[in-house]
Parts: sequence; C-alpha cells; structure tokens
Amino acid sequence: MDLAQTYELWRQLMTQGDAEWWQTLFVRFYQAFIEGDRWRQYLQGVGITLVATAVALAIGVVLGVLVAMIRTAHDQQRPGRPKNPVLGVVNAICKVCVTVIRGTPMLVQVLIMGMVIFASSRNYTFVGALTLGINSGAYVAEIIRGGLMSLDPGQMEAGRSLGLNYIDTMRFIVIPQAFKAILPSLGNEFIVLLKDTSMISVIGGQELVYFAKNIVNRTFDAMFPLVGAAVIYLILVMIFTWLQGKLERRLRQSDRR
Amino acid sequence: MIDVKHLSKSFGDNLVLDDISEHIAPGEKVVIIGPSGSGKSTFLRCLNLLETPTKGTITFDGMEITDPKADIDKIRQQMGMVFQHFNLFPNMTIRRNITLAPVRTKLMGQEEADDTATALLKRVGLEEKADAYPSQLSGGQKQRIAIVRALAMKPKVMLFDEPTSALDPEMVGAVLDVMKELANEGMTMVVVTHEMGSAREVGSRVLFMDGGHIMEQNTPQEFFDHPQNPRTQSFLSKVL
Repeated sequence: MDLAQTYELWRQLMTQGDAEWWQTLFVRFYQAFIEGDRWRQYLQGVGITLVATAVALAIGVVLGVLVAMIRTAHDQQRPGRPKNPVLGVVNAICKVCVTVIRGTPMLVQVLIMGMVIFASSRNYTFVGALTLGINSGAYVAEIIRGGLMSLDPGQMEAGRSLGLNYIDTMRFIVIPQAFKAILPSLGNEFIVLLKDTSMISVIGGQELVYFAKNIVNRTFDAMFPLVGAAVIYLILVMIFTWLQGKLERRLRQSDRR
Repeated sequence: MIDVKHLSKSFGDNLVLDDISEHIAPGEKVVIIGPSGSGKSTFLRCLNLLETPTKGTITFDGMEITDPKADIDKIRQQMGMVFQHFNLFPNMTIRRNITLAPVRTKLMGQEEADDTATALLKRVGLEEKADAYPSQLSGGQKQRIAIVRALAMKPKVMLFDEPTSALDPEMVGAVLDVMKELANEGMTMVVVTHEMGSAREVGSRVLFMDGGHIMEQNTPQEFFDHPQNPRTQSFLSKVL
C-alpha cells in the first residue's frame, strides 16, 4: 500500500470521525506537503526567497558602501581647511535618509512602497526586495562606517605619512582591515534580511510565506504549512550561519598563525 | 631644510603650541624632550601635517607645506615618520609593508622595491622576517621594520615620535642602534623622546619644550651638564 492510498483511506476514516490522532496528523501533513505536489510550491518559495534576499543584499551593500564612504569622507576632512560644500550637502541627505529608514518600522515601509509608491506595479516581489534593500542599506552603511571609524587612526596616519594618497590608503590599508572587522555584523544583517523577506507577502509578493499561506487557504489547516515554513527558514539560517563561521575562520588565518 | 615660522596650534580652546619659530638644518639630529603635554609630539606631527597648524608657516626644502595648494602627498614622500606604536599594517607581510608605498607612489617598480626591502631588512638583521606578518614580531622588531618602511621611500628627513616609549627595556637597544647608524650616515632627524640616554647619543642639538614653548636648546653635552633655565633644571633633576 503506497502513501496516496493510505492517505485516501485515512481521510475517509477522518470524515467519518473514526480516525486515530496519529492518522489525523498524517492526513494533515499529507495535505500540507504532498497532495497535489505541494512541496514544489515550498521549493519555489525558497528559491524566490533566496533570490529576493540576494537582490536586497546587493542593493543594501551598494547603497551602504556609498553612504558609508560619503559619511566617512565627510567626517574625516582635515580640520582647519575649508570643507567641501558638495560633500556637506550629500552627507546631510544621507543622514536624513538613514534616520528616516532606521526610525520607521520595516513593515510600514513595505506597505508604503507596495500600496502607495509602486501601487500600480505588478511585480510585488521585486518591489518588496527593493524596499528591503534600501532598508538594509541604511543599516549596512552604519555597520561599514562603524568598521571604518573603529580602526586605529594610526593606520591611516601611517599610510598617509608614507606619502600614499587618501584613496590608496583606504583601499590597501583601511578597507581590508575594516572588512574583517565588520564581517560578523554583515553576516547577521544577511540573516535578518533572509527572515525579513517574509514581509514581502503582505503586499502580495510571492515568496515562501506567500505560498504557505496559499496552502493554508486551500486546506483550511494552518499548522503544518506555517510550521513547515518556519522549519525551512531555520534550516536556511543555520546553513548560512555555518558558512559565515567558516569564512571568518579563514580570514582570521591570514593575520594570526 | 625645515623652517618653522610663528607656528601655533590649538585644539579647541587649548593652546598646545604657542608661536614657535625654529630652523632645522640639513644633517642635524634634533632631539626634543619635555614633560607630557608640553606639545613636543604635536610639534613633530605638524612638521608633516598630520596635525594642521592653526597659525604660522612651515617650509620644507623651499616648499611651503602649510600652503593649502601644496601637494601634501608628494611632500610626505620625502619625510619618513616613525610612530610610538609602530603602526605596521597587520594585513600584509613585512615585505609588502615596506614595498607598498614605494610601488604605489611610482617611486620604484615592484622588483626594485623588493630588492630595496631585502637590502634594508638585512641592514637591521631581520631579512628572515620578510614573509612574516607583524603579529609574529616582537615590539623591537616591529619598530625596526617601521624604520625600514619609512627609509624605503628614501626620505630626506626622518621624524621619530617617541620611537622607544612602547618597547620593553631590553628591546630599546636594538632600535637605538639603528637610529644611531642612521644618524652617523648623515640623515636629518627630528626625534621626540623620553629617553635621555638616546638624546645624548643620537642628538646634535637638544630642544626642551614646556607649555607650548621651546624653553631652552643647546648641544647635548652643554644641555645636560649645564642647563640654564630653572624649568629645565627641575625637569632634568627629576628624570636623570
């Protein structure tokens, strides 16, 4: 007797009210994951979730690096000389954006982007990923800025005193060291982002939670699809945490052996 | 070689250097001593514009470096600087620490820079450390590498900011030997130090600073044996 037949049999028992509790559990599990090849939907959801995370992270890192560079360059201008006015204006804009983004809930931002700014868009998944990317950019900017500022100023001074210009000193001396310092925070940001893609479902963007909710609506049974989605997120996060640890150990090897 | 005119520097309301004028001739080894907070490190850092002077001018080799239009990177290439805390680049091997600046500033090709690094490392007895990382070295070794790194740019003047203050006493000797050798070769040097012994051995002139002023200056012999200023006398009686 294969699974499909068992399922049919026990489902009938269930409708008659004669099923044991473990038979009921099996039927609910089967409905949530196997019937109509629903596991494919979860898989598709995971795929879209990963892509959305990657897109959001790419946008976040690009924006974050940009904003961090502007803010650091502004803060590190030599005192006693006239400040660069363009840098001042751009820096002020960056500061306002970061404040607004960090000061409002992500859920509200996703809703505004999906229902106000891009209300006529059809690709809500991308709108959601874009929102997450912009949001994460604000956090990444602060992470990178913290990393750049936390480095011993003596490193910058040593580079400059050798006659290297600002850009070369940043490129060869400051950024490689800062990168190592911010990698754990950046990894955490990625993990937060991965989980936060679930919010894309509130504006109808397709990802893992969207498909799970669809299945809930079809089967009128919330437990297995939602717990299943949670388990999938957990597994993904555990995989990425493990990868992050590996990468960090590898980077550490270069300066302590 | 270095001409300082009416140099003042303040951090906020705190006046650290007060109208200092001083001339440093080629080949001179000027040693600056003084109590903490006397402005001696700030004075040294002003010479290569790690601190921007509030007032006054500094001329180096005929170029006014305090001019906002001056190419500060070009000027710094000719002024080596050694720091109290070494400031080696921990993310690079010793060889790359030494060759990075000469190669990036197009002073030398990579090959020539590598040869220069090897020759300089041999001179300070650390040639076997070329492929090590800074974290594998002792303080004294790090400081000798830092001196070599500055020398690789073939500077006209070397600035030392308390080069032995962060070292174990037994490491100080090796670093001082390198500095003495450099002095004997005729390098122009400006050294801020707490080490009275090195002031005597390396210096051709000693400046005593206190409260942002140069209180007294003389040859090492005269300075230590017959200090004139009462402030100098009390300082020396405490440290000697």
